[in-house]
Amino acid sequence: MAFNITAAAPDPALLDLPWATPLADWPPDVVAALPRGISRHVVRFVKLSDRVLAVKEIAPRAAHHEYRMLRDLAALGVPSVTAVGVVSGRVDESGEPLDAALVTRHLQFSLPYRALFANQLVPDTASRLLDALVALLVRLHLAGFYWGDVSLSNTLFRRDASAFAAYLVDAETGELHPELTEGQRMYDLDLAQTNIIGELMDLEAGDRLDPGTDPLAVGEDLVTRYLALWDALTQEETVTDNAKWQVAARIAELNSLGFDVGELTMASDENGSALKIQPKVVEPGHHARRLARLTGLEVQENQARRLLNDLDAHRHDRGMTDESEEFAAHDWVANVFEPTIKAIPLDLRGKLEPAQIFHEVQEHRWFMSQTEGRYVPMDQAVQHYVDHVLRHRRDEASLIGVDTRTLPPVPDLPAG
Amino acid sequence: MATVTFDGATRIYPGATKPAVDKLDLSIADGEFLVLVGPSGCGKSTSLRMLAGLEEVNEGRIFIGDRDVTDVQPKDRDIAMVFQNYALYPHMTVADNMGFALKIAGLPKDQIRSRVEEAAKILDLEEYLTRKPKALSGGQRQRVAMGRAIVRQPRVFLMDEPLSNLDAKLRVSTRTQIASLQRRLDVTTVYVTHDQTEALTMGDRIAVLKDGLLQQVGTPLEQYDTPANVFVASFIGSPAMNIGTFPIVDGAAQVGDAKLPLTRTTLAAVTPDDDGKIVVGFRPESLDIVTEAAPGAIAVEVDIVEELGSDAFVYGRVPNLDPRASFTSDHVIVRADPRDVPAKGSVVRVTVRPGEQHIFSAATGLRLPA
Ligand SMILES: Nc1ncnc2c1ncn2[C@@H]1O[C@H](COP(=O)(O)OP(=O)(O)OP(=O)(O)O)[C@@H](O)[C@H]1O
Ligand SMILES: Nc1ncnc2c1ncn2[C@@H]1O[C@H](COP(=O)(O)OP(=O)(O)OP(=O)(O)O)[C@@H](O)[C@H]1O
Ligand SMILES: [Mg+2]
Ligand SMILES: [Mg+2]
Repeated sequence: MAFNITAAAPDPALLDLPWATPLADWPPDVVAALPRGISRHVVRFVKLSDRVLAVKEIAPRAAHHEYRMLRDLAALGVPSVTAVGVVSGRVDESGEPLDAALVTRHLQFSLPYRALFANQLVPDTASRLLDALVALLVRLHLAGFYWGDVSLSNTLFRRDASAFAAYLVDAETGELHPELTEGQRMYDLDLAQTNIIGELMDLEAGDRLDPGTDPLAVGEDLVTRYLALWDALTQEETVTDNAKWQVAARIAELNSLGFDVGELTMASDENGSALKIQPKVVEPGHHARRLARLTGLEVQENQARRLLNDLDAHRHDRGMTDESEEFAAHDWVANVFEPTIKAIPLDLRGKLEPAQIFHEVQEHRWFMSQTEGRYVPMDQAVQHYVDHVLRHRRDEASLIGVDTRTLPPVPDLPAG
Repeated sequence: MATVTFDGATRIYPGATKPAVDKLDLSIADGEFLVLVGPSGCGKSTSLRMLAGLEEVNEGRIFIGDRDVTDVQPKDRDIAMVFQNYALYPHMTVADNMGFALKIAGLPKDQIRSRVEEAAKILDLEEYLTRKPKALSGGQRQRVAMGRAIVRQPRVFLMDEPLSNLDAKLRVSTRTQIASLQRRLDVTTVYVTHDQTEALTMGDRIAVLKDGLLQQVGTPLEQYDTPANVFVASFIGSPAMNIGTFPIVDGAAQVGDAKLPLTRTTLAAVTPDDDGKIVVGFRPESLDIVTEAAPGAIAVEVDIVEELGSDAFVYGRVPNLDPRASFTSDHVIVRADPRDVPAKGSVVRVTVRPGEQHIFSAATGLRLPA
């Protein structure tokens, strides 16, 4: 087969990469040393036209399948890495065929779970990662996606206020169906449990797991949390009296879980005394959408929650409760959010996403106020945060410049 | 270990007008290696997924042993999907990589150890149990991954195109490994592939599917020697069987200038629906090139000769075909002696070896008695 690049928006610079060399042998000046999870295929990061790309060497059939799955997931709005293209028909200098390459965009500000465990370990990291993974798995299942290989390694995490948001990174075994059967969901969940326990046991064997974390318990927790979230989102409920209030309560509950209700069925039973209600279409991103509508800011769900809380407090403090919400939001962006971000020196802004910085400044200010026992004005909080926290953080835009030797070793274990 | 039974199992996907798998009846013996094979979209993966509990069964039942598992969750079916993406954990020993899933199941330590040791013996990994995966070769790592499935001692192994992502060389060696491992373990195995060569070389028995319908179940030899219909005849064997539809003239099939005699039993089975025609098939390796014109000798004009060292294949055409006659493919293929290949453009005469001719009804495509 002739050399071929399949891409939705091909970047000519892709042609400059050394495709005639097996990926494992790409020279250090091409490759960016970034941390990654466990994988059977060879995966490398490269810097190209100011972007960082991930390249995975994989059989052509699997590469095209994964490319299509990732594009479908993007179209469905599920958090996943962005597919750039597939390079196939590669041959080395002596004319021997090489495997195809799947190219994805490196997910900015993302961290593989091993990197999260490598650093200053907050004790409930495992639990917070779990919440993010459960939310992702439920979203995938609602969208009809059977993953077939759920694991921490196949997920990337981004800070999302004090929680994490999870993104799918490996869609090789995925299948998109109009709707999943219960068997498919339960099998995926079972795989998730086994893999996560295996991954945590591996961290334990490498002395990287907080001794208070029991892998088996985390695995069980995952199943419990998944089932609870799935039920909250999809379960049919029978209401007997005060139906109007109960329907509103169910919607409010879903909103607080971060979901909007696109469709809800209500049907009365035979004798008309009870009402059955069941959400049919639920859409994640309730808070993110509300914030975007009010302010135009596009951020992750928990960050949005955080910003909305701050916005509501601002509206209250300024006595703007009689004004429209939009007006208050505009005032908050102009007088609170933007000044905070602008107070961050330019050279430090790549360390974290703006919304994450804002969240951390708020936390920092609260913390300062507690310890100093006084009201700390915003500008002082920002300055203190910049000097004492942000300056010492490594750059999470893509973690470039990090000494990867400080990260846990991730040997390549190619199949074959 | 257990038998597996599909009893009229049907899967109709939501919104589909016809079943992806239609009333599948199939009994798999204890310890048997059964291969589901057929062209893309024939329903083989759906059949396997129904057995795994990943696809709903809309009609019919599925049994593992005597147990009706139709409505049982995948993880409670005592099956293992082998060759899924098993990750190897770098900080854990080979033994822990193989046995950790048993910890989840709550098995006591000594039992885990004995199961791991037993699997390691079968997989030839005994001396590596205390090492880390990094110290293993690629092939050994793959065996550790298999070990993960084996230690669970499932009653049935399920494999869906496990070799599809391997390169050609590794595919052949892994194929042999899986087959011999299965024989040693003696665990009932259902294996899906679209590749008939893989099916023929691996399976104790093969089930051929087309359009959701089971065409034939049998040993590789049965499928090869007595295909039940035209589809199986054309699907099994490489290069494919030569198959054509020909008029019946004076109790014989008229293939070009040649008359292939038909038995009285065959002729008695022909019906008016066959419209005076019959389907005849003969494999490239069932043909002998003869020097003299004989009444049953078919003339073949040589187009291309393909020489493969141990074999040579002649691709040609049969001249003077009756307007009512036709072959299913462009070329007639003849296996020839590589030391004595006919010249391009020449005409050779071939006869079908006695008993190696396949006869099917022109109307139904079903095999007719010889
Ligand atoms: N677009 C990306 N952005 C950031 N990291 C990435 C990206 N693509 C891959 N990675 C990193 O590389 C690792 C391996 O990638 P991936 O899981 O796709 O490989 P794999 O060989 O298919 O894995 P598996 O063994 O699970 O099948 C991931 O865990 C992730 O850390
Ligand atoms: N989830 C699904 N929803 C709807 N139709 C499906 C679904 N999965 C498969 N089909 C259809 O059912 C039929 C059988 O598919 P199946 O995947 O079982 O075939 P297969 O023999 O395994 O094919 P392949 O070799 O291409 O994997 C096909 O027509 C296919 O398009
Ligand atoms: Mg992966
Ligand atoms: Mg993968």
